[in-house]
Amino acid sequence: MSAAAINPDRNFKYWIIAPAVFLMLAVGLFPLIYSLIVSFMRIDMMDTDTSFAGLYNYKNLFQDLRLWQSLLHTLIITAIALPLELLLGLAMAYLFLEKMPGRQIFISLLVLPTIISPIVAGATWRLLFDNQYGPINQILAWFAGERVNALWTISPRLVYPAIIFCEIWQWTPFMFLILLAALSNVDKSQTEAAEIDGAPFWRVFRYIVLPSIWPVMSIAILIRGLDLFRIFDIIWALTMGGPGTMTETISIYTYTQGFKQFETSYTAAMAFLVIVILTVVIVWAIRRMGLAK
Amino acid sequence: MSSALPFHRRKGFRLAMRYLIACILVVIFVFPVYWLFIISFKTPDEIFAYPPVWYPNSIQFANYLVLFKDGDAATVWNSLVLATISTFFAMILGTIAAYSLVRFKTGGENLAVWIISQRMMPPVAIVFPVFLLYVWLGWVDTYIGLIVLYTAFALPYVIWMMRGYIEDIPLELEESALVDGCTRWEVLRKVVFPMARSGLFATAVFTFVFSWNDFLFALVLTRTEVTTYTVQVTHYFGGQSNFWAKIAAMSVLGTIPVFITVAIMQRYLVRGISMGAVKG
Repeated sequence: MSAAAINPDRNFKYWIIAPAVFLMLAVGLFPLIYSLIVSFMRIDMMDTDTSFAGLYNYKNLFQDLRLWQSLLHTLIITAIALPLELLLGLAMAYLFLEKMPGRQIFISLLVLPTIISPIVAGATWRLLFDNQYGPINQILAWFAGERVNALWTISPRLVYPAIIFCEIWQWTPFMFLILLAALSNVDKSQTEAAEIDGAPFWRVFRYIVLPSIWPVMSIAILIRGLDLFRIFDIIWALTMGGPGTMTETISIYTYTQGFKQFETSYTAAMAFLVIVILTVVIVWAIRRMGLAK
Repeated sequence: MSSALPFHRRKGFRLAMRYLIACILVVIFVFPVYWLFIISFKTPDEIFAYPPVWYPNSIQFANYLVLFKDGDAATVWNSLVLATISTFFAMILGTIAAYSLVRFKTGGENLAVWIISQRMMPPVAIVFPVFLLYVWLGWVDTYIGLIVLYTAFALPYVIWMMRGYIEDIPLELEESALVDGCTRWEVLRKVVFPMARSGLFATAVFTFVFSWNDFLFALVLTRTEVTTYTVQVTHYFGGQSNFWAKIAAMSVLGTIPVFITVAIMQRYLVRGISMGAVKG
């Protein structure tokens, strides 16, 4: 028998962490290794050629215009939605920072969008955006004074605003909650002293508030940034990547290649590349922000 | 904070403005939810009316009855089973793993970094190999397949959150329990779990919501038997002839359990959110 039987305490710390680590390895490491192996073969819908194909799939990745476009789409959505969510969330957090009667009710109502499933959020906005029976075109018509027939989920000029609206609607409350908690922890005596000295708002914010909330804010930015990078549900519900491939993000494209085109090896190469790149970025960010401490 | 301003009138004006903006915000953020709910109660005539009908004339449940009659409502049950069981396992396995990280520094910083990084992996990169593995195991369209995946995917979050709560438990309590003759397992069961209770509740709610909201895994790994409600909602999409009433009613059925859970657990959640963010 092992040492564990004689001294049950000695290996206790390993016993209790083993099941979790095993499960995480099974869904974390296995896909990585599997993707790596399959990506060197040439398996697709027609062919199951498992012989070594070298860098064939990786070479194709670099020549795949659709892949780079999907990456660009993902970055566009992230670059627009993330700052807006952050600024709006911050403004809302300031609005509710001071006590006011009914504050808790307002906060509870404002958080509703965040606890709805993203696919339902997308479906809801699809109903709202409907060109004929949706309320958004109707509200616009009140201002325009004539019937509005904007095709929000079809027209090339409107699909990005539609997706970004939905995204901001759902996730600004998340930023708001986290930043509200962070702002509440800022040392009030410092900000008040600065205000009495006549320091303008933005200077107080820049030199007292921001350094204090930055640790929390940076985590919120990291979480939302990575969520936006893998955005799938909202786009699936609103446009399914269309019109054409105009709103195809990296997640939608990977899904299409794997489960619609059955490009097994090619998808594996893509998945492997995404995992490797993200792992580098994430581990760098975690270490830099000291999250593991 | 505004005590530096001597005028009560000005303070009152500020408060009024804050209320005004707060009300506008609530209208903007709640209206889509309201719209989803009322569509589910509308008759087809009201849904496809121009201009849109802003509130239904009568509340009728025909849209829901159809879902129950066709058996589509069972997908909400599937979601409930999957999310509940995977949350249960993730909480137990994650909490004892977090305990090992906090009290014994198992694996050092590298293991902690790896665990957090797992939380941030894009599902789409993982689901493809997992799908092929599940085909081989015969786990596609089964409860066990999705429960294992949801549990594994929730673990990094649970470990990350529970670490903070376990650090707050006084070490003396555990030591005195050990001196009293408790085994390590008994310390976990009798001291750690009860002491971390509010943290367990808060983390469990978020874990439940993550599994509940999942769409991509369920889309790939279910066919007919364990279809979740999120996948079922998308089955009603179809070009211009949307089954609006069904989309809305199904979405509401899938949203209500989460609203109820969050409402009941609210007092734990506020601390959970702020602490999870502050402690990292």
